[in-house]
Amino acid sequence: MSMWFKRVIMINILIVCANQPIAATIARLIEKIDDWHAAVAFSLNDALEACYAKKFDVILIGAGISQAQENVLCLHLEQLEANTPVVKHYGGGSGLLYAEIYQALKHKV
Amino acid sequence: MAQTVLHTANTRGAADHGWLKSFHSFSFAGYYNPDRINFGALRVLNDDFVTGGRGFGEHPHDNMEIISIPLDGALQHKDSLGNTATIKAGEIQVMSAGTGVYHSEYNSDPEHAAKFLQIWVFPNKRNVEPRYDQITIDATTRNEFVQVLSPNADDAGVWIYQDAWFNMARFDANTAKTYNLHKEGNGAYIFVLKGSVKVDGQNLDTRDGFGIWDTDKFEIEASTAAEFLIMEVPMKF
Repeated sequence: MSMWFKRVIMINILIVCANQPIAATIARLIEKIDDWHAAVAFSLNDALEACYAKKFDVILIGAGISQAQENVLCLHLEQLEANTPVVKHYGGGSGLLYAEIYQALKHKV
Repeated sequence: MAQTVLHTANTRGAADHGWLKSFHSFSFAGYYNPDRINFGALRVLNDDFVTGGRGFGEHPHDNMEIISIPLDGALQHKDSLGNTATIKAGEIQVMSAGTGVYHSEYNSDPEHAAKFLQIWVFPNKRNVEPRYDQITIDATTRNEFVQVLSPNADDAGVWIYQDAWFNMARFDANTAKTYNLHKEGNGAYIFVLKGSVKVDGQNLDTRDGFGIWDTDKFEIEASTAAEFLIMEVPMKF
């Protein structure tokens, strides 16, 4: 008897966004896609805590996070040798979200 | 030497949600084409058709300059900034989404569909205070470029947080004009609303899009009576 196993590759995406309702919307949209999982950080500190606890496949920078804060996050990711693409999310909703994630994953491969 | 890209009408992504039919010139929502992500700072050009009595329920936006140009019919706009307005054909609306704004757009006329362009431009400043504006466009001038958008609050048209200029035009057949770009490093995306034009030797028909950059000017000639929109945007941003 042979057994077939399906290797499920979970894509873990961290949303860093100070606008909580929009962050929740983005998380909901991500979770609609099979095998995509969203985590949310409302601040740089939350994001750093999340990144030290878990490796993410993509990090989305949403509203309310400054360039300086994004730079700090990138520095920490470098120290962790995380190789995680950090992309700015634009739009706050579904319009650009999926393309941003597909582009980030494409460049990561 | 000028570089160009052609996006014919039938190569756009198409979405049909019943009440909403949309043609996407660039990747949007469920339409993903890695070769059609953006033209410089121009990120979204959606050609939308909304059934009478239907519309977009409340939804969020942030960090985008969102421009709506109704072509037929009207939409009721309501947003979390407290703005309530009707925008109809002959007007242009802009929303700088900045730190975040919620809005809805609804075609309240049960008998007639609303057709409009929804255009998103990357801003040159993130996390701005959200704002809203709308104006009436000059509908009488023919055979000239009519500026409807710029980076300057004191200039003609609406303004946005980006070094972008939009011009609309209604040309009689055989009218030819030179468009001079405003800023080095900008490109222009021409979208034909009606009729046929020729840009830099390229024939364009209704709903074709054509981008041109690495040039400081180009000629546009109407092959037939035509209406078109020129969106000049930074190619690097």
